[in-house]
Amino acid sequence: MVGLVLGTCLALVQHFEVPVLGKLVRGYVALMRSIPLILVLFWFFFLVPIVLGHLGGSGRPVPIGATWTAFITFGLFEAAYYSEIIRVGLRAVNRGQFEACQALALSTFDTYRAVILPQVLRVASPIILSQTIILFQDTSLVYVLSLTDLLGAASKLAQLNGRLVEMYLVIAVVYLAISSAASQCVASLRKRYAIAGLRR
Amino acid sequence: MLEFAEGNRASIVTVENLVKRFGHFTALNDVNLTVAVGEKIVLCGPSGSGKSTLIRCINHIEKHDAGRIVVDGIELSDRMTDVNGVRREVGMVFQSFNLFPHLSVVENCMLAPMKVRGLSRTDAHERAIGLLRKVRIHDQANKYPGQLSGGQQQRVAIARALCMQPKIMLFDEPTSALDPEMVKEVLDTMVELAKDGMTMVCVTHEMGFAREIADRVVFMDRGSIVEEADPETFFRAPRTERARDFLGQIIH
Ligand SMILES: Nc1ncnc2c1ncn2[C@@H]1O[C@H](COP(=O)(O)OP(=O)(O)OP(=O)(O)O)[C@@H](O)[C@H]1O
Ligand SMILES: [Mg+2]
Repeated sequence: MVGLVLGTCLALVQHFEVPVLGKLVRGYVALMRSIPLILVLFWFFFLVPIVLGHLGGSGRPVPIGATWTAFITFGLFEAAYYSEIIRVGLRAVNRGQFEACQALALSTFDTYRAVILPQVLRVASPIILSQTIILFQDTSLVYVLSLTDLLGAASKLAQLNGRLVEMYLVIAVVYLAISSAASQCVASLRKRYAIAGLRR
Repeated sequence: MLEFAEGNRASIVTVENLVKRFGHFTALNDVNLTVAVGEKIVLCGPSGSGKSTLIRCINHIEKHDAGRIVVDGIELSDRMTDVNGVRREVGMVFQSFNLFPHLSVVENCMLAPMKVRGLSRTDAHERAIGLLRKVRIHDQANKYPGQLSGGQQQRVAIARALCMQPKIMLFDEPTSALDPEMVKEVLDTMVELAKDGMTMVCVTHEMGFAREIADRVVFMDRGSIVEEADPETFFRAPRTERARDFLGQIIH
């Protein structure tokens, strides 16, 4: 969610070709997309406390805690991916839509809020949801920070009662259930958006 | 504001020595045009002659490079702070309709009056339905643009522009993307609008329409206005060679 909002902002910055900032954002997105999530998690967990420590003047690392690290990292990481999706979606909106808004004297804010972004989100929603499913699966990576996610919880249990295979199977089923529910969601969104008369 | 401070009191648009370039290409070269309140002008000319560019300059969708444009007493320039103050008063209809596909017909018509004119939802709805009735499409008010024919969509686009209660309407080839059998319903709507006294500038090659409502036909070629006359004179006896060629081509 945080990632989606932030991603939209990043996409808009690029879309408006805001000087300097636009370039920075492009660099950020390229960087985030080219390194594995697990590396970002590590960076955040180990480096940011040190940086914060220096900034704070004490020189001693300020730990931010595994949960926060996970949240912030996922937010920042996903923002890069979502912003790519939104950016491409923005470019796909017909120029005539912008011109119609201008001709109707709509402010830039209203143009994006009421006309452009709703169309982008509609068209991009299947891709956004797919990305979210991937994000959900990626949550299993937080075990490196010794946080417990679904998978982590299962393997702990499995070690306790010694029924490794069963436990992993159950977990696979749970992942499958959640992911396919989300996929179902994607499909029904596709259908709804077809009914809205948006063929063309 | 400079309102009525200069020029003809009865003119709504004044274009003087207008120049518009795209890179090194000069799309408009020293164009002069005055539109009086209530006047209907038909703009024609070969493809690429700058017709669209000219009317897009009038609501500042294209920015001009030199010359002056005064609309409703306000001069358009890069430095102006309130372009939308001018655009509010200028309605525009595009060749490709440009309706908002995610909004229903009536919502298309309500959006700008609510956001820009500050109308309440109820008032905007009432106004929208009234104008949709005028263009005879109110029975489709809750459908989406994608569910309508081209002619219907263009009539919705006209209603949407009218909902802002503009002082002048610009049309850029409103019928040239339509199947032949739908052209008439849109032209009829425009004729009706003209008869109600709306000030109009229409880019169109529909000569029957021009004969019926135009006070003046303006012929453009290669970025300049080459000839201006009342429709009868223009069609019967064009003065310039270029206009004769052009008319020969479109009438065949
Ligand atoms: N955004 C743009 N960038 C570069 N050149 C442009 C642009 N818009 C228009 N032109 C050029 O300016 C010239 C005038 O274009 P314009 O669209 O005003 O012609 P038109 O008279 O409306 O023609 P048509 O009948 O084909 O619509 C054309 O040669 C066109 O290629
Ligand atoms: Mg044109």
